[in-house]
Amino acid sequence: MAILVNKDTRLLVQGITGKFGSFHAKQMLAYGTKVVGGVTPGAGGTTFESSVPVFNTARDAVKQTGANASVIFVPPAGAADAILEAADAGVELIVAITEGIPVIDMLKVRRALEHRLNKDLRLIGPNCPGVITPGACKIGIMPGHIHKVGNIGVVSRSGTLTYEAVGQLSALGIGQSTCVGIGGDPVNGTDFIDVLTLFNDDPDTHGVIMIGEIGGGAEERAAEWIKANMKKPVAGFIAGTTAPPGKRMGHAGAVISGGKGKASDKIAAMESAGIRVAPTPAQMAETLVAMMKG
Amino acid sequence: MKIHEYQGKEIFKRYGVPVPRGIAASTPEAAFAAAETLITETGSKVVVVKAQIHAGGRGKGKVHKGENVVARGVEVVKGGAEAARDAAWRILGGKLVTIQTGEDGQVVRTVYVEQGLAIARELYLSMLVDRDSRRVVVMASVEGGMDIEHVAEHTPEKILKVWVDPAVGLMPYEARKLGFDLGFSKDQVGRFTKVLAGLYELFIKEDCSLLEINPLITTESGDVIALDSKINFDDNAEFRHKEWDVLRDRGEEDPTELEAKDAGLSYVSLDGNIGCLVNGAGLAMATMDIIAHCGGTPANFLDVGGGATEEAVTKAFEMILRSPKVKGIFVNIFGGIMKCDVIAQGVINATRKLGLTVPLVVRLEGTNVEEGRKLLAESGLAITAASSMLDGAQKICALVAAK
Repeated sequence: MAILVNKDTRLLVQGITGKFGSFHAKQMLAYGTKVVGGVTPGAGGTTFESSVPVFNTARDAVKQTGANASVIFVPPAGAADAILEAADAGVELIVAITEGIPVIDMLKVRRALEHRLNKDLRLIGPNCPGVITPGACKIGIMPGHIHKVGNIGVVSRSGTLTYEAVGQLSALGIGQSTCVGIGGDPVNGTDFIDVLTLFNDDPDTHGVIMIGEIGGGAEERAAEWIKANMKKPVAGFIAGTTAPPGKRMGHAGAVISGGKGKASDKIAAMESAGIRVAPTPAQMAETLVAMMKG
Repeated sequence: MKIHEYQGKEIFKRYGVPVPRGIAASTPEAAFAAAETLITETGSKVVVVKAQIHAGGRGKGKVHKGENVVARGVEVVKGGAEAARDAAWRILGGKLVTIQTGEDGQVVRTVYVEQGLAIARELYLSMLVDRDSRRVVVMASVEGGMDIEHVAEHTPEKILKVWVDPAVGLMPYEARKLGFDLGFSKDQVGRFTKVLAGLYELFIKEDCSLLEINPLITTESGDVIALDSKINFDDNAEFRHKEWDVLRDRGEEDPTELEAKDAGLSYVSLDGNIGCLVNGAGLAMATMDIIAHCGGTPANFLDVGGGATEEAVTKAFEMILRSPKVKGIFVNIFGGIMKCDVIAQGVINATRKLGLTVPLVVRLEGTNVEEGRKLLAESGLAITAASSMLDGAQKICALVAAK
């Protein structure tokens, strides 16, 4: 069953004719994702890779292809517009890969979609690697070959650290149900609790790895939620124990400011909620395995 | 991106936010002329000479020249234009050390000469993006002029907050309520409401991530005036603000971090001796963490990003190698978009160009990993391969410790 995406997901690619969009559209096709259409205003009527029709608008694309998901590779200046266009066109899932969307734009996007999010619509990202249900559907930029079909859910604010966790799991012969990158921006569409709720209810998911980083309070809130609701073992890791306060560490959201968002506080909150926190980022998978055995 | 107080006040004026009269100056003579102009205009001999650096805490900060403390970061001058010139002469070229600069301080290149005002009340006002509520939050306090972190920690009830709905913006009733709660008179509430409306419009249109006025004052004649300004812009919005180019003061920024930014890299200098080259911000932080776990100390945070070219990797490597404190380098790549062979070629190019005088440990994983490993193995360079992130961290820490 997995969560969010499966073999029946029908995907649009917004920005399919751009450099990143076209590269990753090919990668997703090669993985077996049902890429049913592309959207590039002005390129409507053309065909991508001689198999995927391209449309001028998301609405046309949904109408013609029956797509129920869209992935956004549109550059930052047009990304908010593209997200709202996809939402308006009626897809159920939007995955925004774009990095560098102005935070004011995301405030407006969140507000515009507030009444729909987690009801008839989910927005993953922005600034994220995407979502993958191994063997069924890959939406995003993660390397498909490191994944393996199985029963561990992964949810993370960081792209490459997700790959690290997946790589560790697969190396131990343990597969994943679904891996979700929620993104490194301060304002995003889906948070840890949204994804944990789905994993909790998913019979195919038996345990979860949750990867956070410094900045904000999302990990603390997730820990509280886990303590009260989670029926499955959760192992975790927080990146940025050695990060100096006041310095933005790459991600727009990764900054310790005003004494808030420190790794130590997050780790303490997670441990007190029964989450086992890996001592190093190299031990995320083995920490979960030890927990599930014990 | 940060800008100076005097630049922020120019923007305030455009949005109808009252500020004192002031003129920026970069020489004592210019400060003299500025003070003379202000004294003529206002009829008051009181002027304030304020050091312009990007860090906060200037009022309590001290300006150092050599061994001596020669001025405060903000000097109130009552002796006319000559006295303003003298204050500027002491401040300019000195190093201003504040609680936010670290002990090395920041060289002062510009002062802002401003009219002195008779202050009745000092308040605190700020706006920022609150990630938890996904709203712009307006914060205000009667404890103006104070260190607001201190107020937030000890008397949080003294900070009033309003979360603004992005759909409609800051409504007048919200501003009025804040004004009455801050104890303003009826007339002042009207002025305060106008100030807040202007600031909110500014925040959104100019793509701010933080806007702070500490203090916002009322004068004895009842005016509401921004005595200070701090504006941070959202770097992500740079593409639609060409005017930021002019506002940017490169002298205030770390030269290495600027160089990295220009090359499309994200770099932060740290105090340790192991240089790190990583793809992805989370993995880059985690790499620093695992180095510390293995007993080493990271020299930097460096994210080469998802789509880095061979040239960007070469550039990143050059920057790490250039630092004299670096005693070893750990390259940790899990390629998703980033292809391992591109990283490997960048590493090889850079080491050939610059020579490799310190141990180098490389861990490659992900897309095109075999091609990447092969390139490194066939390069003939003294590169230690690592099988995992932990293996790599242990190896580089051992190699650096052994030197």
